[in-house]
Amino acid sequence: MTNHWVDFKNADVILIMGSNPASNHPVSWKWIQEAVDKRGAKIICVDPRFTQSAAKAHLYAPLRSGTDIAFLGGMIKYILDNKLYFAEYVKNYTNASFLVNPDLKLPGENNGVFSGLTDGKYDKGTWSYQKGPDDVIKKDPMLSDPHCVFQLLKKHYSRYTPDVVSRITGTPKDKLLEVYKLYASTGKPNKAGVDLYAMGWTQHTVGTQNIRTMCMIQLLLGNIGIAGGGVAAMRGESNVQGSTDHGLLFHIWPGYLGTPTGSLATLKDFIEKRTPKTKEKDSLNWWKNTPKYVAGFLRSMYGSDMTLEDAYEALPKLDDGANYSWLTIFDQMYKGKFTGFFAWGMNPACSGAHSNKVRQALGKVDWMVNVNLFDNETGSFWRGPGMDPSKIKTEVFMLPCASSVEKEGSIANSGRLQQWRYKAIPYYGDSKPDGDIMSEIFFKVKKLYEKQGGPNAAAITKMTWPYGKHEGKEFHYEPRKVAAEINGFFLEDKTVENPTKKGEFKSFKKGDLVPTFAWLQDDGSTSSGCWIYCGSVSEKGILPMRRGQADPTGLGLYSEWAWSWPVNRRIIYNGASVDLNGKPWDPSRAVITWDAKEEKWKGDVPDGAGNPGKGRPPFIMKPDGVASLYGPGLADGPFPEHYEPLECPVEKNLLSPQKNNPAIKRFDKEGVGSDMDVYSGVGTCDPRFPFICSTYRVSEHWQTGVLTRWCPWLAEMQPGMFVEMSQELAKMRGIETGDKCTVSTARGKVVCTAIVTPRFKPFDIDGNEIHEIGIPWHFGWITTKDRPFNKGDKVAEVFTTGDAANLLTPTIGDANTMIPESKAFMANVVKGVK
Amino acid sequence: MNVSRRGFLKISGAVAAVSGLGISLKSIAAHARELKIMHAKETTTVCPYCSVGCSIIVSVRDGKVINTEGDPDSPINRGALCSKGGSIYQMAVNENRLGKPLYRAPYAREWKEVEWEWAIDKIAQNVKKSRDASFKKVNAKGEVVNRTEGIASVGSAAMDLEECFTYQKFLRGLGLVYIEHQARI
Repeated sequence: MTNHWVDFKNADVILIMGSNPASNHPVSWKWIQEAVDKRGAKIICVDPRFTQSAAKAHLYAPLRSGTDIAFLGGMIKYILDNKLYFAEYVKNYTNASFLVNPDLKLPGENNGVFSGLTDGKYDKGTWSYQKGPDDVIKKDPMLSDPHCVFQLLKKHYSRYTPDVVSRITGTPKDKLLEVYKLYASTGKPNKAGVDLYAMGWTQHTVGTQNIRTMCMIQLLLGNIGIAGGGVAAMRGESNVQGSTDHGLLFHIWPGYLGTPTGSLATLKDFIEKRTPKTKEKDSLNWWKNTPKYVAGFLRSMYGSDMTLEDAYEALPKLDDGANYSWLTIFDQMYKGKFTGFFAWGMNPACSGAHSNKVRQALGKVDWMVNVNLFDNETGSFWRGPGMDPSKIKTEVFMLPCASSVEKEGSIANSGRLQQWRYKAIPYYGDSKPDGDIMSEIFFKVKKLYEKQGGPNAAAITKMTWPYGKHEGKEFHYEPRKVAAEINGFFLEDKTVENPTKKGEFKSFKKGDLVPTFAWLQDDGSTSSGCWIYCGSVSEKGILPMRRGQADPTGLGLYSEWAWSWPVNRRIIYNGASVDLNGKPWDPSRAVITWDAKEEKWKGDVPDGAGNPGKGRPPFIMKPDGVASLYGPGLADGPFPEHYEPLECPVEKNLLSPQKNNPAIKRFDKEGVGSDMDVYSGVGTCDPRFPFICSTYRVSEHWQTGVLTRWCPWLAEMQPGMFVEMSQELAKMRGIETGDKCTVSTARGKVVCTAIVTPRFKPFDIDGNEIHEIGIPWHFGWITTKDRPFNKGDKVAEVFTTGDAANLLTPTIGDANTMIPESKAFMANVVKGVK
Repeated sequence: MNVSRRGFLKISGAVAAVSGLGISLKSIAAHARELKIMHAKETTTVCPYCSVGCSIIVSVRDGKVINTEGDPDSPINRGALCSKGGSIYQMAVNENRLGKPLYRAPYAREWKEVEWEWAIDKIAQNVKKSRDASFKKVNAKGEVVNRTEGIASVGSAAMDLEECFTYQKFLRGLGLVYIEHQARI
């Protein structure tokens, strides 16, 4: 999230698209409502279903799942055609003026794809910028050159007319225009608009581009960096922001440092290749500090006893271009690649797309460790529906962990706010905190390597672990020590120049906490486990524990409540909330204000704002200093283009001959996926599965229900798997509310209770009546009544019905992130248990 | 007993830990149902469910959670909670929690309760066996990659930040590259 939850109250228009906060982030509605009550803000909700959020919105527009880029592309056209963009912002703070390689071909002139496509992969040679002899990007400040980003943008989206968009999305044209008009009203300096999105945008084969389209709109309207603006990624778990920040993904080390690949043999190669450079004269290019953050991370892994070079070599490298993400893991697992598997605090047997494949895959490993609070469909997969335990070799360890009120530590919410939690009660039974469990495994493994040796043993035996103490056979993990490790230390006595005041020096002692990441060093004299959290622990204590109530700006920044990364900044990119002379675009909502007397910024911690009038472009995380309307770094195109979901109800993409995202990896191709990976309705519509199906959440459950299904209050309120459908579809299928139905796809089926509502309406898609159904994804067999029980099994106090929605979803991912397309796939629904 | 809500927190030690930050401890917005939570020790927590980050007061008497309610001091939720956040009590007090490490032997039909030490020992041996058998010093191109190809991990956003850092350290130290979690789905 660029801004934070309380900041919703500062918005004039709130676009809810790709999310349903009233149901899924319910307390956030407090601040949405505050904006309505206090500012007269307007709420727009765009969703295939008339959700609880839609019910509270001023304007609701339905759209067919998977057509968001068409919808938003039409909005870009509307903004440009009607000159509703924030011209000064666009000119100075985005790459609108950059000149692009004249050889670039846009989809409209190239059969629906950008230039450079071969075998599902883009050669991005023609996507480059024109550069002068000094290597500086050529620009046209008048924005009139036909090859400048602004003109290309106009040309690209000129195809997204309201007529075409309406035929694709099923959104009535008058509704489209109403949404465009209202949202585009925030393009004025004194207006703010925010978009709230969640998995409704990420879980598509064009997920990254869905979000990019909105970011581009926000840039055109000057809505990034300001109070009440931004793009709000509302995440699905209490700490999924924090777990991502800390690199629990194959492609990133903590702090978004890209994982090294084999071609970068030495630390020097890695630093050279991965540190962005720029010739743009006023650009700060913050990532030029990469070497410091890498050194800090390596020190947090191996301390000072190993050289930085050796620490780099010891750590695992990826193959260039290879993908090790979720869908690949379960594909490889199914094909017997792994002997061991950790499912730690996760329930992939329900949360993984194509859960049938996941459940089969779990039977192909020799051993699995599953750590959780409750018995779950993953740990017990071997005794699930259709499984014969006597044929399943997997040795399973199900380890009980302590709950969040039984231990201490911190989590980071969507607003990047790190808050501390305290231990209230003893651990349940013999459960232990995750930190104790992983430490104990680590020390046992370390001992084995010390005794017996093994390949690259030093990578394990030399790893530092000063995170608690041994007591007998147990290890007690101390989160406060780890919080300090994440922040970072000086590892030797050192005097360094103040990074913000030239000529001023400060001396540090070995063991001193590093004040902020600006003080980190590239020579190994400082450590920092995750540089973006540097500054979270200081001599004042662990700042995420703070409970201060002060709000001097009145904007709800609450800068003394807990701590947010980076450097306690509450609204990132806030340097773009002021004009070139440092004046806030909207003085009534000033995030930062220049105090000429003290020569410093006040309000929020400034981001990228140089001294007024110095000409520093504010988007300092981009090498060129400006935000990207044109994004040549992505896998599937520098501008978002509408492509149909892989499984879709239409024969053709009405915008081009290219039906699906050309850069996605299909698992049904020879030599790619497995025999279980089947799709329907790809080349042509498949009458067996005529309806669009989408997954969603309800307030009363969380994720796969792995915790909430065991809580009787919640299980009573939402007792089981249902399928929601329109009255028209129900009539066609002879289904009534309460009937048992079977929802099926090319991959599996799930028994659901029918809920017939007017919340779904058939779409008119280019003259065809198209139906969409929806299913929640919180259920699983372990808490059902009719499963077999063994002696000693836990039995849910209130049973739920039905199994996982993901038994239906396909193995297909976004072209950039490989997040599965769980929000649009083709299904059938019939009455009865079939 | 007439102790303010902040008074309870002070007694619990939760606020004592931050009092060095120069923060006022005086009651701000609290109106406790004091009878119900009399003589209880209070600590604060943050809801483990969605990503809004609502603060919750946990009241404990005799080592048992007796009440949970929204924390009125949190600028995010100002005491409000949704149906899930309001049910934290049932996550804390729940006899269906797993209380013992469980082990399922290959081809077995049932779980068996085991001791931690036995489980950790066996897991460590498995890790070593899988790692040693699948470790790749160099890849097909002859580049040094130092990775363990035979073990994968998913998890977890359900852990604390500190544990996430430590877990990635554990996995990368072992040489894993197949490291994923909830953020990818």
